[in-house]
Amino acid sequence: MPVLELREITKVFPGVRANDRVSFALERGEIVALLGENGAGKSTLMNVVYGLLGPDGGEVLVDGKPVRIRTPRDAIDLGIGMVHQHFMLVEPLTVTENIILGHEPSRFGVIDFATARAKVSELSARYGLKVDPDARVADLSVGMQQRVEILKALYQGARILILDEPTAVLTPQEVRELFAVVRTLVAEGLSVVLITHKLDEVMGVADRVVVMRDGRVVGETTPGQTDQVGLARMMVGRDVVFRVEKAPAKPAEAVLEVRDLVVLDERKLDALKGVSLTVRAGEVVGIAGVDGNGQRELVEAIVGLRRPKSGSISLRDKDITHASPHATIEAGVSHVPEDRHRRGLVLEFDLAENLVLGDQAGPPYASGGVMHTKVIDETARTRVADYDVRTPSIRVLAGALSGGNQQKLVLARELGRNPDLLIAAQPTRGLDVGAIEFVHKRILAERDSGKAVLLVSMELEEIMSLSDRILVMYEGKVAVEFSAGEADAERIGFFMTGGAKHSGSAATAPKSSVAEAGAL
Amino acid sequence: MSETHEASVIRERMWMKALRTAGVPLLSVVLAMAIGSIIIAASGKDPVAAFGALLTGAFGTPEKWAIGNFKAIGDTISRATPLIFAGLAVAFGFRANLFNIGANGQLLLGSIAAAGLGLALAGLPSLIAVPLILIGAALAGASWAFIPAILKAKVGAHEVITTMMFSWIGLYLTSWIIAGPLADKTVSSQTPMLPEQVWLPTLDKFLPALLRVPVRAHLGFVIAVALAFLVWWILKRTTLGYSVRAVGYNPLAAQNGGISIGITTVYALCISGALAGLAGASEVLGVQHRMFDEVSAGSGFGFTGIAVALLAKNHPIAVIFAAILFGALSAGSSMMQLVANVPDKIVTIIQALIIFFVGAETIINWLIKRRQKLALEQKGATDVE
Repeated sequence: MPVLELREITKVFPGVRANDRVSFALERGEIVALLGENGAGKSTLMNVVYGLLGPDGGEVLVDGKPVRIRTPRDAIDLGIGMVHQHFMLVEPLTVTENIILGHEPSRFGVIDFATARAKVSELSARYGLKVDPDARVADLSVGMQQRVEILKALYQGARILILDEPTAVLTPQEVRELFAVVRTLVAEGLSVVLITHKLDEVMGVADRVVVMRDGRVVGETTPGQTDQVGLARMMVGRDVVFRVEKAPAKPAEAVLEVRDLVVLDERKLDALKGVSLTVRAGEVVGIAGVDGNGQRELVEAIVGLRRPKSGSISLRDKDITHASPHATIEAGVSHVPEDRHRRGLVLEFDLAENLVLGDQAGPPYASGGVMHTKVIDETARTRVADYDVRTPSIRVLAGALSGGNQQKLVLARELGRNPDLLIAAQPTRGLDVGAIEFVHKRILAERDSGKAVLLVSMELEEIMSLSDRILVMYEGKVAVEFSAGEADAERIGFFMTGGAKHSGSAATAPKSSVAEAGAL
Repeated sequence: MSETHEASVIRERMWMKALRTAGVPLLSVVLAMAIGSIIIAASGKDPVAAFGALLTGAFGTPEKWAIGNFKAIGDTISRATPLIFAGLAVAFGFRANLFNIGANGQLLLGSIAAAGLGLALAGLPSLIAVPLILIGAALAGASWAFIPAILKAKVGAHEVITTMMFSWIGLYLTSWIIAGPLADKTVSSQTPMLPEQVWLPTLDKFLPALLRVPVRAHLGFVIAVALAFLVWWILKRTTLGYSVRAVGYNPLAAQNGGISIGITTVYALCISGALAGLAGASEVLGVQHRMFDEVSAGSGFGFTGIAVALLAKNHPIAVIFAAILFGALSAGSSMMQLVANVPDKIVTIIQALIIFFVGAETIINWLIKRRQKLALEQKGATDVE
């Protein structure tokens, strides 16, 4: 008898059938991967199970008995725990305080911290989830915070654990550790649902795979019966190119030169501690690293959003160290920002208005302070068609588009400007396989047409598949440089986590960690 | 998809949008009137008679077509005129996400500039003097917004604090000027009467055949309406308006697109101040023909302008209608007191209720948006990250 069974679950949002008679079963001690593109309905389904959404039809059975789950509290009482993609922790509180939140053991109205701490330590030891119970959550790494979330679910008595895109924020090493923990959990009799759109994870850890597309279950298989290509076909409904085909790079003259750049962060600390790099015309330079190691400050300094403390930035021998964002655009730099909602788009502007942002003040879109609506609209129609932005009209507000289409809109604007240098930060964050393929092809097309491309990404796979040279950033410095052929995920991951620094001896470091500038 | 179908879909959507946008302000007005009626009834008066009198005071009666109506409507329009300017001023600021709560101070600076220039330029012909005075008043208003704008742009000092403080400085500065350099020799707390050639003529001077009686409505109304369309055009069709809206909606994206948040802030707040200054000048040149000491008189058009902008949802054209509504309430209130014996302060209550309901709508919208956002996040679209 399955521990969790869903029968014909249907959930309708205005205009979308997010779940269409979805049936699903989870056996005791099993890891089931729920695979699908963004918007396929995976999270909706699990939010129904966790009581965050009420279904419009169908039923949920726990241990064979029909149940009604109206709130997360109901779910927790039934032994269902969920770890969300965005952690729900109180940062200033300690690990123990966070874990017991809502279920505080108390004596005469006073929280019994001794008991709580002991129980947390016991759970932590039993499942191999090592974490300091007295550490402040704000001081923990993302991987550690995730452990706290899992411990919290276990503390609340979860027998069924739902993990929503758990690896999106982790380094390769942390992913391996997480999967080791997951295996321990199922060995102890728990059951796990893993929501993901990453195929390698599915192949690596799942016992069974349920594939969703457009709100329906389109297939079920096991890692033994298929491979990544087969899974991708089920997920997208067509064949997908994983590694974008690319010709060898033909790097020409240097376009971007950064020398000894020191940049402060918001706390006035050195976020960049003397970074030097060169990007040549016709090559993609990828910057790998765990979030928060200076990548954001580097990009912001180049595009003029942040004032460098020292060092220099030049573009084709023109000094742009202290150039304003406007001057930087004029000089030929395009920037796909890491957060399209915060920096990339004005969501309340329509598509045409968004497509001229950055070029709105001068010809051909304006002269004498007056905007040429006709030219703007014509250009917008062309761009929307060229970049396959799916929209009924250019008058639609940017906020109404899907994430993939919004990113295409940003690309259309930034590439349409015909820049010398393209800086793309997290260009595929949150996009599904089809949109990722599109973005990758466009970036390589820029390279092949002789543009210089600086790519910043947390996704190692993306860095490796697009870059001609790879720089790994750690604590505000370039830790190592690889050329395209010689890097693999393990070696890059080693340097991402400061491996070279902490290992102490060069012998443990993977080979060819020596910088090989421009060795192509 | 065919072009015509697309166009018709868009047109339909724009209508829906306009309806939805206008719906809540209209509903707010109706609700405010309804509650006003309850209050009137509770105090033992007849609400129907009261509102009847109010309407008569604001627009005249059907029987007395012509003379009385023109006077009443003229009165409404005259009272709406400074509110259009002030409403535009506050709305323009809001479009850049700036709350110019001190518009009243800029308005007073505009008034005193108009009074001073009106006396100084007495010898010039109207066609030269009046535009010069208006420009001077606009500059005076803009200058009063300039320092708060610079403070905001350079050190991030919040404009609500600084414009408010400047509003008080403006109040007492103008009071001193009226008591000292520009004092009327005979009567205190006012400037001397301006020479007639710098007055903004009343509308009956232009349309003697149609308006056979003198009305209070003056040329300032025509200027205000024209300015509303100009402001709309600036916001929609100029690079300045684009920058103002971009900074207002999403300063980070605007900055990323090379727009300077600081410079845009300075422009937006100064234009807002200039519009407020014109409100003052229009009152001085069109109605008072001198400036009274606001410390004692206290008309507070700048503050009512905030209410007008809120009701109009910062749309320049809608400002005209919101201002006329407030003008009508104000013009009709004395007739209401006279005929139905309902204190004219009830109108202040109704104005406050309108703002309350419009404000409540923002809260309701915010809640709806939040719900939609939550639903979207849970739709399985992990798009947010």
